[in-house]
Amino acid sequence: MSRPVATADVRTIDREGLDALIRALGAQGRRVIGPVLRDGAIVTGPVTSVDDLPAGVVDHQEAGGYHLEGQGNGALFHHGVGPHTWKRYLYPPVRTLWTARRVRRGFETTPNAEPTPRQAFLGVRGCDLAALSALDRVLRDGPYADPCYAACRAEALVIAVNCTRPGGTCFCVSMGGGPKVAAGYDLALTELPGEDRHVLLVEAGSEAGAALLAGLPSEPADRAALAAAEARLAEAVDSMGRDMIPDVAQVLRDGLTSGHWDDVARRCLSCANCTLVCPTCFCSTVEDVTDLTGGEARRERRWDSCFTLDFSYIHGGHIRRGGDSRYRQWITHKLAHWHDQFGTSGCTGCGRCITWCPVGIDITEEAKAIKNREGRT
Amino acid sequence: MSVTAAADPMLPEPFGILRKRRELSDTFTLELSPLHGGGTFAFRPGQFNMLYVFGVGEIPISISGDPEDDGPLVHTIRAVGTVSGALRDMEAGDVIGVRGPFGSAWPVEEAEGRDVVLVTGGVGLAPMRPVIHHLLAHRQRYGKLLILYGARTPEDVLFRKQLEQWRSRFDMFVDVTVDRATGKWRGRVGVVTKLIARAGFDPHDAAAFVCGPEVMMRFSVQALNERGVADERIHLSMERNMKCAVGFCGHCQFGGQFVCKDGPVFRFDAIRDIFSVWEV
Repeated sequence: MSRPVATADVRTIDREGLDALIRALGAQGRRVIGPVLRDGAIVTGPVTSVDDLPAGVVDHQEAGGYHLEGQGNGALFHHGVGPHTWKRYLYPPVRTLWTARRVRRGFETTPNAEPTPRQAFLGVRGCDLAALSALDRVLRDGPYADPCYAACRAEALVIAVNCTRPGGTCFCVSMGGGPKVAAGYDLALTELPGEDRHVLLVEAGSEAGAALLAGLPSEPADRAALAAAEARLAEAVDSMGRDMIPDVAQVLRDGLTSGHWDDVARRCLSCANCTLVCPTCFCSTVEDVTDLTGGEARRERRWDSCFTLDFSYIHGGHIRRGGDSRYRQWITHKLAHWHDQFGTSGCTGCGRCITWCPVGIDITEEAKAIKNREGRT
Repeated sequence: MSVTAAADPMLPEPFGILRKRRELSDTFTLELSPLHGGGTFAFRPGQFNMLYVFGVGEIPISISGDPEDDGPLVHTIRAVGTVSGALRDMEAGDVIGVRGPFGSAWPVEEAEGRDVVLVTGGVGLAPMRPVIHHLLAHRQRYGKLLILYGARTPEDVLFRKQLEQWRSRFDMFVDVTVDRATGKWRGRVGVVTKLIARAGFDPHDAAAFVCGPEVMMRFSVQALNERGVADERIHLSMERNMKCAVGFCGHCQFGGQFVCKDGPVFRFDAIRDIFSVWEV
């Protein structure tokens, strides 16, 4: 996003106005990515018009469960977050870091010079804005920056959506990132799918956003619309499906040797689903590959997961041999050690890891169980 | 002049192998020089580099040379895996990739005015050698200087000639033990922690640097504590899987620390709470 603006007028646009926004972003040479319906889930994908959005589709999420149904009121954002996250557009699942060619004496490397994509993310929720901010700290703002992430992030516009219908596994209120977006967006939308008129409130959060908004057919938001949006957000706050214990970081620090890890290990499949759907999990591995002649080599970076055995391998053996220590690594990193490392939680309360766990392991319930077991009720 | 870090921290620089020296049956030393010029490779004792073999892979290896010598970059490596095995098969004139230096260093300034006890095991002597060079180069700044070294067998004693030279000096104390005596060994037999109990140093004002297998470090810390060395004066060098060395890949996490950028050298009290927990 570009430079934030201090105050912004709230305007309303209708469905056509949103379509005009998508086309305006396209006219800027941007690839617009937003929620689309695919394979029975709302995922992220290219959006070229408002017709690509999942109108009238709502999701139902629970531990280890996800299903969709049509609702009919035509709302475009009446769903929670799906299995995809925005990190894949900034930190791709597979990326060639560089290629190398054998020369007479040694080798020459060529960095990956793919052009930075100009992207616009449509429908970014509060939890996912918090996730982007967390990833910024890991991949951009430390002593070293990942060149791909930093460049993609600088080029991406963020069109946020205030969440008015949290899913059954959501707990962003506990983690402080939602449902209303606070900062880090270019434009923020609040959808009001009324009986007679379907409108969206729009607020600019940056100069780029304000310029975009100025080019759209919009009206000033009236008091009734503002009040309706407030009421919807207040309702969303009260309809979180889950909550996280506030002292979770200390509970986990104190619970490293808890007997509960063994209990989780009996259920956990170490399948890595939770890390793949997590919007902040950033672990990666590198693979060095050569062509058949042995003259060309390249280094590929791939998403990795702390749930695999090889993740912790050093000569002589694997550090985390059991599912207990791997689950403990994941949850304590996410909820406790992330604070030590990056000054923020690694969990945003998006609930994806709960929904997409094949056996329904619930991060909020496991945190409570550790607390209760260790007698900190 | 130092080698300028590439803008992309993941891009290795080609270095030519000037010399290769066999140290032990499975351990060897490489002397490296940047192919495309650049002067001395500036580093602090305890830091490491990522060494890349074309098309094979990359591993973290501590620097084992003298930090104040403006000669080649020196690495001592034990062949235990695919990449270290490929490095062992290379010869002078071959080229490898180098990224670095990375990580924290032994706190040599903080230790000034104190006795310094170096407790090392096996190939752990290699990351310790730069600090030994530094301490000897500034010998007058330190109190007593002790190297307590343990190897599995006499055949596994690394830098043996150098240890003998150091041992012959009057201004430092070198004690070596082996787990299992073979051949003509007439020296000490037993674990390195036993050397701590009988070494002559002032435990209430000594700095201890420990590097070796994790289990050896655990018992060394215990023995140092028993002598009265406080946790905040004990530093140790940790080892974990590493893919990037710059804090992106997540592999080297050790509790709230990244071994690559917060370590590998840690003050013991910073990791005390997790050091004895299983499988962290």
